[in-house]
Amino acid sequence: MKLSKNHSFHIVKREPPVWYIGLAIRAAAVILALIVSGVIITLLTDKNPIAIYASMIDGAFGMDIRIWSLFQDVAILLCISLAVTPAFKMKFWNCGAEGQVLIGGLATVAVMMFLGDKLPLPILLIIMIAASIIASIIWAVLPAIFKAYWNTNETLFTLMMNYVAIQFVSYFLKSFVKTGSGVLFPMPEFGLPVLFGKQYLLNIIIVAVMTVLVYIYLKYTKHGYEISVVGESENTANYIGINVKKVIIRTLVVSGALCGIAGLLLVGGTNHTINVETAGGRGFTAIMVSWLAKFNPIFMVFTSFLIVFLQKGASQVSTDFRIPQAISDIVTGIILFFIIGCEFFLNYKIVVTKSVKEEK
Amino acid sequence: MISFLVSAIRLGMVFLFGSTGEIITEKSGHLNLGTPGVMCVGASCGCFAEYLYLKQVGPYASPFLAILVAIVATFIGGFLMGLLFSFLTVTLRANQNVTGLALTTLGIGISDFMIAKTGTSFGRASKYFTASLPFAEDLGWFGKLFLSHGILIYLAIAIALISSFILSKTRIGLNLRSVGENPATADAAGINVSLYRYLATCIGCGISGLGGLTFIMDYLNGNWEYCIDAFGWLSIALVIFTVWKPNLAILGSIVFGALYIASSYITGVSFANKELFKMLPYVVTIIVLIITSMRNKKENQPPAHLGLSYFREER
Repeated sequence: MKLSKNHSFHIVKREPPVWYIGLAIRAAAVILALIVSGVIITLLTDKNPIAIYASMIDGAFGMDIRIWSLFQDVAILLCISLAVTPAFKMKFWNCGAEGQVLIGGLATVAVMMFLGDKLPLPILLIIMIAASIIASIIWAVLPAIFKAYWNTNETLFTLMMNYVAIQFVSYFLKSFVKTGSGVLFPMPEFGLPVLFGKQYLLNIIIVAVMTVLVYIYLKYTKHGYEISVVGESENTANYIGINVKKVIIRTLVVSGALCGIAGLLLVGGTNHTINVETAGGRGFTAIMVSWLAKFNPIFMVFTSFLIVFLQKGASQVSTDFRIPQAISDIVTGIILFFIIGCEFFLNYKIVVTKSVKEEK
Repeated sequence: MISFLVSAIRLGMVFLFGSTGEIITEKSGHLNLGTPGVMCVGASCGCFAEYLYLKQVGPYASPFLAILVAIVATFIGGFLMGLLFSFLTVTLRANQNVTGLALTTLGIGISDFMIAKTGTSFGRASKYFTASLPFAEDLGWFGKLFLSHGILIYLAIAIALISSFILSKTRIGLNLRSVGENPATADAAGINVSLYRYLATCIGCGISGLGGLTFIMDYLNGNWEYCIDAFGWLSIALVIFTVWKPNLAILGSIVFGALYIASSYITGVSFANKELFKMLPYVVTIIVLIITSMRNKKENQPPAHLGLSYFREER
């Protein structure tokens, strides 16, 4: 008679871990991702990894102007992430933030161009704000209406709306730019006011206020509660008398309005012009930012900071070591995968079972 | 008119590869929003391998090997992206939408990176792919329309027909569909759900990758352009348009190809208004989405478990 040990493992769901363990797992994932991207860049460049990390930090914090531009980018990305969050919490996969921001920016630019020299600045600003918010709401609410009434696939609908927005922008640039070059010169004279001589300060303040407001909206209001019920289970929502159609449409109005503000800040407060790249993929990155922060606006400050830091850092690395700019997308992709992957360890645990079997 | 149709077919095959791959993936219950990234990586892997091969052999390249090298490299590139996606979604049970979008970011990054190393011109390599039957030109419109294409066009149609057959007529296809419709039942019937999901996603991604290669090597005659991701999104939309049937996708993809190039064939429209015509494929997609969702027929529905991870112990 012989005893053989047979180790096997299986995966079981676990309770959400205490906050410090959750934090530790996430931190470990970020550090691992940083190490992996460091190794990859080292392999591609044959440079000392320490020099690469130094260059990354230099790219993000190296100079006053870089720090301002870092925080400006964090603010814009955070703003778009805040915009997509209510919809996501409701499990409405809005992949159209890109287009919603762009169309808001387009409305802003149109107001700046056609009314800029005809109206006094304060009235112009009010019209700009209204125009960008309304344009973005239209872009966001169209898919929502069809989703609410006919369950149309919102992911693809919003994606297609992105391209429609892009074509509108290039149509606008080709028909209304007087030089015919399709490039619109910046019009800083009609932009948002500059506070204390710091160009980006106003943007950052607006987004900071928005973060707090969205946090309160999602956590402490009836609307926020309804959003999370619809997100968890539509049947439950119906059962307890929430009008799901109304919630979907209302939430996308909020989402669109926030995207409109992002477009306003990008065009009115930053670039003072527009092109098809103005949103620059942030609409998609914002989805990850929101997801990684578990839809919590306060955590989103950190996730958007992390992603912008990596992009800035990687782009500095690419200039310093003469490797293609695309490295910043690769690094972002790697870090996203690590954080997405680490969710597994937060939700499940691996149990090793020892079974002792009798063999003849 | 003939030249319009020929271009529509050539561009359409980009969509056909993309959507055939995505159909196979979706049949297993995976909604892969990473297809744009996969197509970029596929195209750049193919081009990169071709670049290395042509550099290696100098002027004495064998046309057969040149084509094979690129196709195999593309397929492997797509396959690996699929492996990454399925590792995260099957093994680590991550959310498919988020993983897919991250895959797109990563894929575009990888492909731009590789192309920065090789340069954007693959004119010489492209000649092997666009070479057609020598007598095609002599057969008038029939020859131009059906016989004048490069090898990738025929490969696309062949793959679409084969996958259509496998999905609807074989046991493997039946098993795959059951995994997408109801993984718990499939599991109880002894089908290895994870294995099917892994393989379907990886093979699907490999096929989607070929779409990127077709776009660069065939449609653009070897001049790289950074817009492959747009075709990825449209391919995903085409899957809904063709109600998850690869054989219908052949027709649908040609329609999409025609819509996409219509703006450059319409005469008497100003330079600026052409930009409005370029909206056509997207607007049509939206209309199709709305119509299919309103009709809501039972046989035109997506796989029931599309987009959901399967966890055996969760009941």
